Amino acid sequence: MDTKTLGRRGELIAVEHLIDQGWEIIATNWRCRHGEIDVIADDGDSLVFVEVKTRTSARAGHPLEAVTAGKIATMRGLALRWLAEQPEWIPRFRIDVIGILWNGGRPEISHVRDAR
Amino acid sequence: MTGNLGRTESIALLGISGTPVIIEASVNDGLPGIDIVGLPDTAVSESRKRIRAAISNLGITLTSRRVTVNLLPGGVKKVGTAFDLGIAVAILAAEGLFPAERARGIVHCGELGLDGRLHPVRGVLPSVLAGLRSGFTRFVVPRANAAEARLTGDAVVCGAGNLAEVVNTLGGHVPVPLLPAVESVDTDALPPAATHDLADVQGQDDARHGLEVAAAGGHHLLMTGTPGAGKTLLAGCLPGLLPALDEEAACEVVALRSLDGTLDVSAGLDRTPPFEAPHHRTTAAAMVGGSKPGMIGVFSRAHRGVLFMDEAPEFSRDVLEALRQPLENGRCDIHRAWGSVVLPSRFQLVLAANPCPCGAGIGSSSRCRCTPLNKRRYRNRLSGPLLDRVDIQLELMPLGPADLHSAQPREGSAEVAGRVAAARERQTARYRELEWSANAQAPGSWLREAFEFRRSETAPLDSALERGVLTMRGYDRVIRIATTLADLDGRNRPGADDLLSALLLRIREGT
Repeated sequence: MDTKTLGRRGELIAVEHLIDQGWEIIATNWRCRHGEIDVIADDGDSLVFVEVKTRTSARAGHPLEAVTAGKIATMRGLALRWLAEQPEWIPRFRIDVIGILWNGGRPEISHVRDAR
Repeated sequence: MTGNLGRTESIALLGISGTPVIIEASVNDGLPGIDIVGLPDTAVSESRKRIRAAISNLGITLTSRRVTVNLLPGGVKKVGTAFDLGIAVAILAAEGLFPAERARGIVHCGELGLDGRLHPVRGVLPSVLAGLRSGFTRFVVPRANAAEARLTGDAVVCGAGNLAEVVNTLGGHVPVPLLPAVESVDTDALPPAATHDLADVQGQDDARHGLEVAAAGGHHLLMTGTPGAGKTLLAGCLPGLLPALDEEAACEVVALRSLDGTLDVSAGLDRTPPFEAPHHRTTAAAMVGGSKPGMIGVFSRAHRGVLFMDEAPEFSRDVLEALRQPLENGRCDIHRAWGSVVLPSRFQLVLAANPCPCGAGIGSSSRCRCTPLNKRRYRNRLSGPLLDRVDIQLELMPLGPADLHSAQPREGSAEVAGRVAAARERQTARYRELEWSANAQAPGSWLREAFEFRRSETAPLDSALERGVLTMRGYDRVIRIATTLADLDGRNRPGADDLLSALLLRIREGT
């Protein structure tokens, strides 16, 4: 499985996981020239931009470790761009990170809320 | 909540004084990584990379959560790599590798290698001393520093070769990698400067006596004489005449050497007074020290020992003026961009100078061709305020054949050292329960009050003061030398003769 497929499957698992939790998915894979937001969802309380990171094993480190402060800053910039395109005013949002360890088909999900 | 909180102790060094630092680590939700807060410098901030590598190379997997490390108190600057071990232990305690409370109250100190081995650091001994003063008794240090940490005797020291060993003694179960521990410290210690024996000195009976007085009372000394008269040789004899350092002084000296990276622990606690002979082109910054944190200068290396400045007028003016504070207070207060530090530097100063630039301008058959202006310029390089602080000023005449072929055997250092030791004991008894222990440090007012000199006794001094040959500070110095002369002679109170001989040792003739 190449990394592209792995990432795609990870995102699908993440979306399932969010729906299981009763979140409303607003958009997936929203792109602009500066980058991509994997999932945009509403957890009932606030708007959430989600970055999904998937890895086959923890040998090269846990997937969450690969999300650096710089990546979060990029996410914030993308989030503001997405918000600017919306017709209505959205009072608050946050950024979550979902790390998925593939583990040979038994994925292990870790969800970090309000990552900074 | 206490489950994911780890805590241990360390010491932040500033000069040779240390502040206890509490290292806290907390594991919380968030993106994985290690944050270090609490005024760390670059080396301390970098430690998180060493620690991550060391921990994972030991086969320990950290939970993928955020680790926040806090160094308390936040106001104290933490410098250097010695915090690695403490931070790693606090993190592993927070991760629950061993019961977290077992790491509390133990001072950790050491640098981590990427393979988890502990590497030696500078300043272990001052850290241990500071820890003992703050009430800690248990210390974990790199194995290569263990001998140094044990020099004081009171501390319970564990010399660890590897982070895994430290974790296991705290109750963890980590396989210890089969790596040889880093055993030795690369010390920059030089072989001790060759100390000479007074028996090697030909002639110069006055100078020998002057040196004995200097040794007995801890007085600063200036020797003026032609090249080859034996100035350097005489100065090299001084450490052999001085009494061995007491426990406290020896600890200070060793602590400074530890900070300097020049400590050699193979011989145990070294009690011989240090002897430093810097080159005359040494800069003021190198003499004073403190250009960067943890750096000590020549003044501090000579602490509790002898600082010999050969060719004293050739030293830069900055260096000579920088001598004033250590001579007066026995320490250097240094304020730099990175912070402030007080370095102890109580040494006995020995200056050597030629009488003039060509070196021949002394004695009867002078071949000197220096102009009076040149001579004066050369002499003026040693400023009045500096010379005022030098108690004994000797002139060494060139040797004659009679001195060389004298059949009578010279007195050796051991005999003189015996007399010096007796004089020092007398002083220790006199100054018991006072802040100073040698005549050179005794305030003149205290001596004048204690001895209640009669007018007739001090008449020569009074007239010298009146003529302006002596300053008031010089007056007190004469009294101090007189006290030493009396001590050497086995009397408790200096008399008129002592005062007069002291005056002769103090004032340079023919200037």
